[in-house]
Amino acid sequence: MALTPVLTAHWDEADSFTLAGYRRHGGYDMVEKVLSAPPDDLITVVKDSGLRGRGGAGFPTGLKWSFVPQGDGKAHYIVINADESEPGACKDIPLMLANPHALVEGCVLAAHAIRASHAFIYIRGEVVHAVRRVRAAVAEAYAAGFVGQNILGTGIGVEIVVHAGAGAYICGEETALLDSLEGRRGQPRLKPPFPAVAGLYACPTVVNNVETIANIPTIARNGAAWLRTMGTEKSPGFKLFSVSGHVERPGVYEAALGTTMRELLEYAGGVRSGHELKFWIPGGSSVPMLMPEHLDIPMTYEDMQGAGTMLGTATAMVFDETTSVVKAISRWMHFYKHESCGKCTPCREGTFWLEQMLERFERGHADLDDIAKVDEICRQMFGRNFCALGDAAATPYAPALKHFRDEFVAGTHTAADDLFDPVAATIFAAAAVGSGGAS
Amino acid sequence: MALTEQTRAEALSLVERYPEPRSALLPMLHLVQSQEGAVTSAGIAMCADMLGLSAAEVAGVVTFYTMYKRHKVGRYHVGVCTNTLCAVLGGDAIWSALSARLGVGHDEVSADGAVSLERIECQAACSHAPVMTANWELLDDMDVARALEVVERLQAGDEVVSTRGPRIGTFQEIERSLAGFDDGLAGQGPAADSRMTAGLTYAREHQMSAPPAPERSPFDAAAPDTADDADQHETTGA
Ligand SMILES: Cc1cc2nc3c(=O)[nH]c(=O)nc-3n(C[C@H](O)[C@H](O)[C@H](O)COP(=O)(O)O)c2cc1C
Ligand code: SF4
Ligand code: FES
Repeated sequence: MALTPVLTAHWDEADSFTLAGYRRHGGYDMVEKVLSAPPDDLITVVKDSGLRGRGGAGFPTGLKWSFVPQGDGKAHYIVINADESEPGACKDIPLMLANPHALVEGCVLAAHAIRASHAFIYIRGEVVHAVRRVRAAVAEAYAAGFVGQNILGTGIGVEIVVHAGAGAYICGEETALLDSLEGRRGQPRLKPPFPAVAGLYACPTVVNNVETIANIPTIARNGAAWLRTMGTEKSPGFKLFSVSGHVERPGVYEAALGTTMRELLEYAGGVRSGHELKFWIPGGSSVPMLMPEHLDIPMTYEDMQGAGTMLGTATAMVFDETTSVVKAISRWMHFYKHESCGKCTPCREGTFWLEQMLERFERGHADLDDIAKVDEICRQMFGRNFCALGDAAATPYAPALKHFRDEFVAGTHTAADDLFDPVAATIFAAAAVGSGGAS
Repeated sequence: MALTEQTRAEALSLVERYPEPRSALLPMLHLVQSQEGAVTSAGIAMCADMLGLSAAEVAGVVTFYTMYKRHKVGRYHVGVCTNTLCAVLGGDAIWSALSARLGVGHDEVSADGAVSLERIECQAACSHAPVMTANWELLDDMDVARALEVVERLQAGDEVVSTRGPRIGTFQEIERSLAGFDDGLAGQGPAADSRMTAGLTYAREHQMSAPPAPERSPFDAAAPDTADDADQHETTGA
């Protein structure tokens, strides 16, 4: 496999985020063609392409679109999930900063496919510049006639509203997002009914990730067979991977699905010099960690599942030997506790206790039987939560314990910061060590 | 500042953007913050009144979201990401240094009212860790020295420019942008920085690319070759 810049292909051009920059490379060329064809044509192409949702779960996009009832006389909506808040995930925000028009064009095409007259782009509020870039792109597209009423004389109209959230990871869960977009607390809804049947304002709604929708113009242009020349049968196409953490060149790497972490690490210049890989996480904190022996497994939905983890958002985090696993898990547990919406008991209570117990390990104050107790709490939680956040909170501990039991045992007598000098783990370690001598 | 007739008019313009009025509540609360520096009781009452909700219903929404502040934050609200990856790469050290320098903890404001601090969760910028924000503009690849410098400059009222965006405005200015009112700053900052183009750069250097695009699109077959010609198209469509 190899790097395959498509969505990122022109990010080194100074105006890549503008209408002019996007048009220069064929941007919006598909609007008139797709809107002149029957809506089902695009659903068929997307289905044939095998595109899977890029928001983490990998649900087939064309199939999701086909669940929307047709001729039901109701308004239909498309909602773009731009809430990117999963720890480790850093691909949608860069996409919206550098190439927002791909998302806007994708919105128009997707809206046509599912017969929606309105698209909403729900962007997390904490990254104001992404909100600006997308809003400016939508305004430019309106002015150029690619969005609005009677687009390019096709008789088809699509309105796009850019909406900023207000800080809540759970609003990335699609039904919580819909509640939030309706002006409520962002708490997940019971499914079924699924959004395709009763979503925004109880009308048929498709919720898709930013990257999923940004794929659509290219797939419409180049076709299903072209997409399938990349990736695997079950995971076709290209993907925005990111590599973060203890590597030489962290960043966004757009590559064919099936690329291995060893290859991605090579592109990223390897683990930072003088250090070695301790563990890595393929797709956000909610998926189980992997070890150096897993570097050659293809990064596809099916292969990652086969390895006991998930591709998730394909945003890899890399940690070297200076990292305390106990501290890493403890901090993620704090995150889940902080973000639990409180709707269901296993998650609300479970994250409350898990955070405190992990903190005991981090301080070196845990009891030996806490090791099994935490494991038991996670097992009790898993599968009993109202939404996937609770399951995610119950996920990281077991694999960490499996690979690094010693560190949890040490947590019964030694603080994580004493076991692993936090200064050594920082990326400014060399400078900090120098000034540390003076203090 | 206070809530004026103009605030109400602007709130109404937000309501009009949505098929159902209540969808405007989150933007309206951002607007309230842009006027009042926090979500005040008067702001809650205005939203409740305009949307036909009770004050308790609106307050219930306010308390759910971390970006809504019931007490005034600093003119510059500074976030330090202390989620795992940033924390390990230096976020914890940055947090300790800033907290010590300003003498404030999480969600507290410095004595001069200039800067408030918040431990923030993952900012979707992990490839740029350790990450900070000032009024929700990104400050990437930070270290302790730069973090201290940023805060000093903000306190002094000196210019600080986001690494991927504009000069950092006041909390109230940014809240106005979040509410949905354009501030004309979208063009500021780079299209992408070197981390965002890391893969593209490597691909160029190593002659890697996506497979070439086929000549025809599946949507070319449906339309005549002259589809680009507007006149021709109108006849076909009719
Ligand atoms: C707690 C939680 C947070 C989520 N956050 C996001 C997110 O930020 N962005 C996203 O696209 N999907 C997120 N998802 C997944 C969405 O629920 C949904 O599956 C996705 O938006 C569907 O889009 P796709 O089919 O294009 O992947 C989250 C799910 C959960 C349970
Ligand atoms: S699992 Fe957690 S986040 Fe999800 S509904 Fe239950 S309490 Fe809320
Ligand atoms: S962990 Fe800090 S930006 Fe992601």
